[in-house]
Amino acid sequence: MENVLISLVVLLPLGGAVVLLAAGKRLGEPGAGIIATGTMAASFGLALVAALDFLGGHAPARVVTWFDWLPALGVDAELLWDPLAALMALVVTGVGALIHLYSIGYMKGDRGYGRFFAYMNLFGASMLILVLANNFAVLYVGWELVGLCSYLLISFWFDRPTAAAAGKKAFVVNRVGDAGFLVGIMLVFSTFGTLEFGHVFESAPAELGTGLATAITILLLVGATGKSAQLPLYVWLPDAMEGPTPVSALIHAATMVTAGVYMVARTGALFELAPVSAGIVATVGAATALYAATIALGQRDIKRVLAYSTISQLGYMFMAVGAAAYVAGIFHLMTHAFFKALLFLGAGSVIHALSGEQDLRRMGGLARLMPLTFGTMAVAWLAISGIPPFSGFWSKDEILAAVFQRGGLWTVLWAVGLATALITAFYMSRLMYLTFFGDRRWSEGVSPHESPPVMTVPLVVLGGASLVGGLVNTTWKPVLEHFLEPAFEGLQPAVLPGGLNLFLLALVSAGAGLVGIVGAADVYLRRKAAREEGPVWDLLRGGYGVDDLYARVFAGGGGALTSFAAATIDEKGVDGAVNGVARLTGWLGSRLRLLQTGFVRSYGLAVLAGAVALLAWFLSRGAF
Amino acid sequence: MTDVTSWYTVTPGWYMALAAILFIIGASGMLLRRNALVMFMSVELMLNAVNLSFVAAGRELNLIEGQVSVFFVMVVAAAEVVVGLAIIVAVFRRRNTASVDELVDLKG
Repeated sequence: MENVLISLVVLLPLGGAVVLLAAGKRLGEPGAGIIATGTMAASFGLALVAALDFLGGHAPARVVTWFDWLPALGVDAELLWDPLAALMALVVTGVGALIHLYSIGYMKGDRGYGRFFAYMNLFGASMLILVLANNFAVLYVGWELVGLCSYLLISFWFDRPTAAAAGKKAFVVNRVGDAGFLVGIMLVFSTFGTLEFGHVFESAPAELGTGLATAITILLLVGATGKSAQLPLYVWLPDAMEGPTPVSALIHAATMVTAGVYMVARTGALFELAPVSAGIVATVGAATALYAATIALGQRDIKRVLAYSTISQLGYMFMAVGAAAYVAGIFHLMTHAFFKALLFLGAGSVIHALSGEQDLRRMGGLARLMPLTFGTMAVAWLAISGIPPFSGFWSKDEILAAVFQRGGLWTVLWAVGLATALITAFYMSRLMYLTFFGDRRWSEGVSPHESPPVMTVPLVVLGGASLVGGLVNTTWKPVLEHFLEPAFEGLQPAVLPGGLNLFLLALVSAGAGLVGIVGAADVYLRRKAAREEGPVWDLLRGGYGVDDLYARVFAGGGGALTSFAAATIDEKGVDGAVNGVARLTGWLGSRLRLLQTGFVRSYGLAVLAGAVALLAWFLSRGAF
Repeated sequence: MTDVTSWYTVTPGWYMALAAILFIIGASGMLLRRNALVMFMSVELMLNAVNLSFVAAGRELNLIEGQVSVFFVMVVAAAEVVVGLAIIVAVFRRRNTASVDELVDLKG
């Protein structure tokens, strides 16, 4: 019975996707949206029922076997239902259902209405396959499927050249990471002879040397940096904002991009054997967090601010899982899913109200006109800034405290995280002030209005989650930690500092958030004179030119290589060989046709001569 | 046992010699004459020379295959005559000549 429930969690969105792909156009509005939302919501309900067991006590993890997939390798299509998978499934289906509901309003009147919801449902199913996988092979299938859905949805408005290019970029950059991930999986198989999580993690301490463990985990990290947009493979995420805003909220903020964090947490048993890799994970995370936060300061497009913010927050999660603070990382993953999805949906509501305007310079003064959007976004703003008691405070604080407690060089990472917290509060405040306060700087003919209930209801629900979501794992009542305990059994997770230290650290990180908010208020509200001009702003706005550098070196280099292959190797080499053979044949034919004199008697002579020659040959062999 | 064969006794060798002579006549006619009809007759002569050698060898070696082969050759030759003569008549009607040296349209 439970197994059927767990299977249905995946199969419902998958079935929805199949129905919508086949008949999405005929179902039309809002039928397609209702089906998609319904399947996601039902999936959430089933996941909730199936997860209840874990709340009560230490229910054992369940394995649902679908079928023998690759008997030769001993790989089955199996789902794993343990607390970690259950929590991820709940976040994916819960936030997913809300975003589906929102999309019914947001995508109203779009030509590709049915197609949109088919892809969204397909994404839901793919993400669930990813988080419920019981072995690396199924994980990889989910990994690639979410990449495909991401590509399809980024370039959803494919008649815009920028959207098509962004989809392609996301796909290609992800391929780089996926290649590393795949090699890592192969290495796991050649070492353990199996891909099943339980077996690999149990035998890892005995069978895996430090060198091999480091190699495997570094390769896994390469995959994670691609999918989760970390340095150096983050460049695709800002461009991915070309997709519809609900896509940005679901895929590029709440769920898919957190797959890397989930994967590192899931394979924590391997990272534990390779301290160097774990250190690299944390360093990459901290560097990305600070780096992306500074870029977010200079962005003018509201969605690009949020995109860089997502990259930065993912950096926090990497820092956490790198420091073996798995619960803190997953905790932040969850709260971030709430408040960042809310921020994206709120931004979508603003963009909707301003008839597609995304430039912060042409917003302002919207707080009165869009009270629900403003109110809910304000909750998310305070949450991401780390102001207690909003959800982001608890998770971010737990990460910083766990990193600080490790001491030594980790203190540097802690300082970086703290600086990032300040910058985060600053750029989010900038976004809020420029959008909702100050003068009305809209373009002519725009009349902003609050969004319809179908869009504001998800905002309110997510606002509630962002407000109280942090309370599931407070210092004095760590419910989430107990809930996730069985999933990280046998690992040595990071410890939090006790008593006064923890309180002081929390005070410092909340203080950093406050300083950021007040500082931004001084610049953008009091002085109202932030022209944001000069070389430093240009540098930040351009993302330090890294994107251009990549475009020139990799895209340009690849382009030069392909045009060399097309113009020289193909046209001159391959085509030359083919045409050469044709010309040789033609020349040979023109010589040989001279033999055809047209005189029957000369042919007769040739036949006779041939017969005589044959006869002579037989006689000389003495065959008779 | 004395040797009873003498020059006037018709031994298989004579048949072979006659067949060879007929074949050479046929081959020469084939190569030297221009008239398609005469070339055709030369071909028949060659075929029958071979037939003669077949029956002679068959009788000498007491094998039935020699005789059987001849019937095959005859049947094929008859079929060939039908087709060949039809072609020649058609060519003659069209071009008013049966000289093969003028039929050089397929010259390379």
